[in-house]
Amino acid sequence: MMRMSKIVRTCADLMYPFVVIFGWYVIMHGHLTPGGGFQGGAVVATGAALVIVAYSYQEITSMLKKAVLMVQESTGLLLFIGAGLGGMVLGFPFFFNWLANSGSLFGMSVPYGPNPGELNTAGFLPLMNIAVGIEVWGGLTLVILYLLSGLEKGEA
Amino acid sequence: MIEMLAHILVLAGLVISALLVFYFRDLMAAALASGFFSFLISLEFYILQAPDVAISQAGIGAGLTTAIFIIAIRGTQRYEEAGK
Repeated sequence: MMRMSKIVRTCADLMYPFVVIFGWYVIMHGHLTPGGGFQGGAVVATGAALVIVAYSYQEITSMLKKAVLMVQESTGLLLFIGAGLGGMVLGFPFFFNWLANSGSLFGMSVPYGPNPGELNTAGFLPLMNIAVGIEVWGGLTLVILYLLSGLEKGEA
Repeated sequence: MIEMLAHILVLAGLVISALLVFYFRDLMAAALASGFFSFLISLEFYILQAPDVAISQAGIGAGLTTAIFIIAIRGTQRYEEAGK
Protein backbone atom coordinates (compact mmCIF):
# COMPACT_ATOMS: atom_id res chain seq x y z
CA MET A 1 0.00 0.00 0.00
CA MET A 2 3.02 2.27 -0.29
CA ARG A 3 2.52 5.33 -2.42
CA MET A 4 3.92 8.83 -2.86
CA SER A 5 2.58 12.04 -1.31
CA LYS A 6 -0.39 13.96 -2.69
CA ILE A 7 1.95 16.54 -4.29
CA VAL A 8 3.73 13.87 -6.33
CA ARG A 9 0.45 12.21 -7.34
CA THR A 10 -1.10 15.49 -8.50
CA CYS A 11 2.04 16.42 -10.47
CA ALA A 12 2.06 12.99 -12.12
CA ASP A 13 -1.61 13.39 -13.09
CA LEU A 14 -0.91 16.83 -14.55
CA MET A 15 2.26 15.80 -16.43
CA TYR A 16 0.94 12.50 -17.84
CA PRO A 17 -1.15 13.83 -20.83
CA PHE A 18 1.61 16.21 -21.96
CA VAL A 19 4.30 13.52 -21.84
CA VAL A 20 2.09 11.08 -23.77
CA ILE A 21 1.17 13.67 -26.40
CA PHE A 22 4.84 14.66 -26.86
CA GLY A 23 5.76 10.98 -27.25
CA TRP A 24 3.10 10.49 -29.91
CA TYR A 25 4.32 13.66 -31.65
CA VAL A 26 7.83 12.15 -31.83
CA ILE A 27 6.39 8.87 -33.17
CA MET A 28 4.15 10.48 -35.80
CA HIS A 29 6.87 12.82 -37.09
CA GLY A 30 9.50 10.06 -37.08
CA HIS A 31 10.10 10.35 -40.82
CA LEU A 32 10.51 14.15 -40.74
CA THR A 33 12.22 15.15 -37.48
CA PRO A 34 14.81 13.53 -35.19
CA GLY A 35 13.43 10.60 -33.26
CA GLY A 36 11.12 7.86 -34.35
CA GLY A 37 9.34 4.80 -33.06
CA PHE A 38 11.81 3.78 -30.37
CA GLN A 39 12.43 7.27 -29.01
CA GLY A 40 8.75 8.20 -29.00
CA GLY A 41 7.75 4.89 -27.43
CA ALA A 42 10.35 5.42 -24.71
CA VAL A 43 8.93 8.89 -24.00
CA VAL A 44 5.36 7.50 -23.77
CA ALA A 45 6.61 4.71 -21.47
CA THR A 46 8.24 7.41 -19.30
CA GLY A 47 4.78 8.94 -18.83
CA ALA A 48 3.39 5.56 -17.78
CA ALA A 49 6.38 5.04 -15.44
CA LEU A 50 5.64 8.41 -13.82
CA VAL A 51 2.15 7.22 -12.87
CA ILE A 52 3.42 3.77 -11.79
CA VAL A 53 5.99 5.36 -9.45
CA ALA A 54 3.48 7.81 -7.95
CA TYR A 55 0.65 5.38 -7.07
CA SER A 56 0.48 2.17 -5.05
CA TYR A 57 0.45 -1.26 -6.67
CA GLN A 58 -3.25 -1.86 -5.94
CA GLU A 59 -4.21 1.40 -7.66
CA ILE A 60 -1.91 0.67 -10.62
CA THR A 61 -3.41 -2.76 -11.30
CA SER A 62 -6.84 -1.16 -11.63
CA MET A 63 -5.44 1.26 -14.25
CA LEU A 64 -3.06 -0.95 -16.24
CA LYS A 65 -3.57 -4.63 -17.02
CA LYS A 66 -0.54 -6.82 -17.76
CA ALA A 67 -2.50 -8.84 -20.34
CA VAL A 68 -3.42 -5.66 -22.24
CA LEU A 69 0.25 -4.57 -22.33
CA MET A 70 1.35 -8.00 -23.54
CA VAL A 71 -1.26 -7.91 -26.34
CA GLN A 72 -0.10 -4.38 -27.18
CA GLU A 73 3.54 -5.48 -27.45
CA SER A 74 2.64 -8.43 -29.68
CA THR A 75 0.35 -6.23 -31.82
CA GLY A 76 3.21 -3.82 -32.48
CA LEU A 77 5.54 -6.63 -33.57
CA LEU A 78 2.84 -8.19 -35.79
CA LEU A 79 2.09 -4.81 -37.38
CA PHE A 80 5.82 -4.32 -38.08
CA ILE A 81 6.29 -7.71 -39.76
CA GLY A 82 2.91 -7.33 -41.51
CA ALA A 83 4.02 -4.07 -43.09
CA GLY A 84 7.20 -5.81 -44.26
CA LEU A 85 5.29 -8.78 -45.66
CA GLY A 86 2.71 -6.53 -47.36
CA GLY A 87 5.19 -5.86 -50.15
CA MET A 88 5.71 -9.61 -50.74
CA VAL A 89 1.92 -10.10 -51.09
CA LEU A 90 1.91 -7.51 -53.88
CA GLY A 91 4.87 -9.15 -55.64
CA PHE A 92 7.69 -6.92 -54.40
CA PRO A 93 10.71 -7.91 -52.26
CA PHE A 94 10.55 -8.11 -48.45
CA PHE A 95 10.38 -4.65 -46.79
CA PHE A 96 9.74 -2.94 -50.13
CA ASN A 97 8.16 0.48 -49.59
CA TRP A 98 4.89 -0.43 -51.29
CA LEU A 99 2.92 2.62 -50.06
CA ALA A 100 5.29 5.37 -51.26
CA ASN A 101 3.88 7.65 -54.01
CA SER A 102 0.74 5.49 -54.20
CA GLY A 103 -1.62 8.40 -53.46
CA SER A 104 -3.32 6.55 -50.59
CA LEU A 105 -2.35 6.50 -46.90
CA PHE A 106 1.01 8.32 -46.39
CA GLY A 107 1.35 8.14 -50.19
CA MET A 108 1.88 11.75 -51.28
CA SER A 109 5.04 12.41 -53.26
CA VAL A 110 7.70 14.50 -51.55
CA PRO A 111 7.55 18.22 -52.50
CA TYR A 112 10.52 19.56 -54.43
CA GLY A 113 12.98 22.06 -53.03
CA PRO A 114 13.39 23.40 -49.50
CA ASN A 115 10.14 22.82 -47.58
CA PRO A 116 9.06 22.32 -43.96
CA GLY A 117 8.20 18.66 -44.59
CA GLU A 118 4.87 17.07 -45.46
CA LEU A 119 3.43 14.61 -42.93
CA ASN A 120 1.51 12.60 -45.52
CA THR A 121 4.60 11.19 -47.27
CA ALA A 122 7.20 8.41 -46.95
CA GLY A 123 4.96 5.38 -47.58
CA PHE A 124 5.08 2.67 -44.94
CA LEU A 125 7.82 4.28 -42.80
CA PRO A 126 5.23 6.05 -40.59
CA LEU A 127 3.37 2.74 -40.23
CA MET A 128 6.60 1.08 -39.03
CA ASN A 129 7.28 3.96 -36.64
CA ILE A 130 3.77 3.57 -35.19
CA ALA A 131 4.28 -0.21 -34.88
CA VAL A 132 7.64 0.18 -33.11
CA GLY A 133 6.17 2.93 -30.92
CA ILE A 134 3.28 0.70 -29.76
CA GLU A 135 5.68 -2.19 -29.14
CA VAL A 136 8.25 -0.17 -27.14
CA TRP A 137 5.49 1.55 -25.14
CA GLY A 138 3.97 -1.79 -24.13
CA GLY A 139 7.31 -3.52 -23.54
CA LEU A 140 8.98 -0.90 -21.35
CA THR A 141 5.80 -0.33 -19.30
CA LEU A 142 5.56 -4.10 -18.79
CA VAL A 143 9.17 -4.25 -17.52
CA ILE A 144 8.46 -1.64 -14.81
CA LEU A 145 5.10 -3.20 -13.90
CA TYR A 146 6.71 -6.65 -13.45
CA LEU A 147 9.47 -5.14 -11.29
CA LEU A 148 6.83 -3.57 -9.02
CA SER A 149 4.69 -6.73 -8.88
CA GLY A 150 7.70 -8.85 -7.87
CA LEU A 151 8.43 -6.38 -5.07
CA GLU A 152 4.82 -6.49 -3.80
CA LYS A 153 4.71 -10.28 -3.77
CA GLY A 154 8.01 -10.38 -1.85
CA GLU A 155 6.61 -8.12 0.88
CA ALA A 156 3.36 -10.02 1.37
CA MET B 1 32.40 31.08 -27.81
CA ILE B 2 28.91 30.67 -26.36
CA GLU B 3 28.97 27.02 -27.43
CA MET B 4 32.26 26.52 -25.56
CA LEU B 5 30.67 28.12 -22.48
CA ALA B 6 27.67 25.75 -22.72
CA HIS B 7 30.05 22.76 -22.99
CA ILE B 8 31.99 23.87 -19.91
CA LEU B 9 28.83 24.48 -17.87
CA VAL B 10 27.27 21.13 -18.81
CA LEU B 11 30.47 19.16 -18.20
CA ALA B 12 31.00 20.86 -14.82
CA GLY B 13 27.39 20.01 -13.94
CA LEU B 14 28.03 16.38 -14.97
CA VAL B 15 31.02 16.11 -12.59
CA ILE B 16 29.11 17.80 -9.75
CA SER B 17 26.00 15.61 -10.11
CA ALA B 18 28.15 12.46 -10.33
CA LEU B 19 29.88 13.45 -7.09
CA LEU B 20 26.51 14.19 -5.46
CA VAL B 21 25.38 10.61 -6.15
CA PHE B 22 28.19 9.42 -3.83
CA TYR B 23 27.72 12.23 -1.31
CA PHE B 24 24.00 11.70 -0.51
CA ARG B 25 23.10 9.24 2.27
CA ASP B 26 19.42 9.56 1.29
CA LEU B 27 19.02 6.98 -1.49
CA MET B 28 16.04 8.79 -3.06
CA ALA B 29 18.15 11.96 -3.44
CA ALA B 30 20.99 9.87 -4.91
CA ALA B 31 18.60 8.36 -7.48
CA LEU B 32 17.36 11.81 -8.44
CA ALA B 33 20.98 13.07 -8.77
CA SER B 34 21.65 10.13 -11.08
CA GLY B 35 18.58 11.14 -13.10
CA PHE B 36 19.90 14.70 -13.28
CA PHE B 37 23.24 13.30 -14.54
CA SER B 38 21.35 11.54 -17.36
CA PHE B 39 19.46 14.74 -18.16
CA LEU B 40 22.73 16.69 -18.44
CA ILE B 41 24.21 13.97 -20.67
CA SER B 42 21.17 14.27 -22.94
CA LEU B 43 21.72 18.06 -23.04
CA GLU B 44 25.36 17.42 -24.01
CA PHE B 45 24.21 15.10 -26.83
CA TYR B 46 21.90 17.86 -28.04
CA ILE B 47 24.75 20.41 -28.04
CA LEU B 48 26.87 17.91 -30.01
CA GLN B 49 24.05 17.83 -32.63
CA ALA B 50 22.73 14.31 -32.01
CA PRO B 51 19.08 15.11 -31.19
CA ASP B 52 17.67 11.60 -31.57
CA VAL B 53 20.29 10.17 -29.20
CA ALA B 54 19.35 13.00 -26.81
CA ILE B 55 15.67 11.98 -26.93
CA SER B 56 16.60 8.32 -26.25
CA GLN B 57 18.85 9.32 -23.35
CA ALA B 58 16.18 11.59 -21.85
CA GLY B 59 13.53 8.85 -22.14
CA ILE B 60 15.51 5.79 -21.06
CA GLY B 61 18.22 7.30 -18.85
CA ALA B 62 16.50 10.17 -17.10
CA GLY B 63 12.98 8.69 -17.09
CA LEU B 64 12.86 4.92 -16.92
CA THR B 65 16.15 4.25 -15.06
CA THR B 66 15.20 6.73 -12.33
CA ALA B 67 11.76 5.09 -12.08
CA ILE B 68 13.41 1.66 -11.72
CA PHE B 69 15.72 2.99 -8.97
CA ILE B 70 12.77 4.56 -7.10
CA ILE B 71 10.80 1.30 -7.31
CA ALA B 72 13.88 -0.60 -6.07
CA ILE B 73 14.20 1.80 -3.10
CA ARG B 74 10.61 0.86 -2.12
CA GLY B 75 11.91 -2.68 -1.44
CA THR B 76 14.67 -1.56 0.94
CA GLN B 77 15.37 1.26 3.42
CA ARG B 78 15.45 4.83 2.27
CA TYR B 79 18.56 5.87 4.26
CA GLU B 80 21.98 4.31 3.93
CA GLU B 81 23.48 3.33 7.31
CA ALA B 82 26.75 4.98 8.32
CA GLY B 83 29.95 2.92 8.44
CA LYS B 84 28.83 0.16 6.07
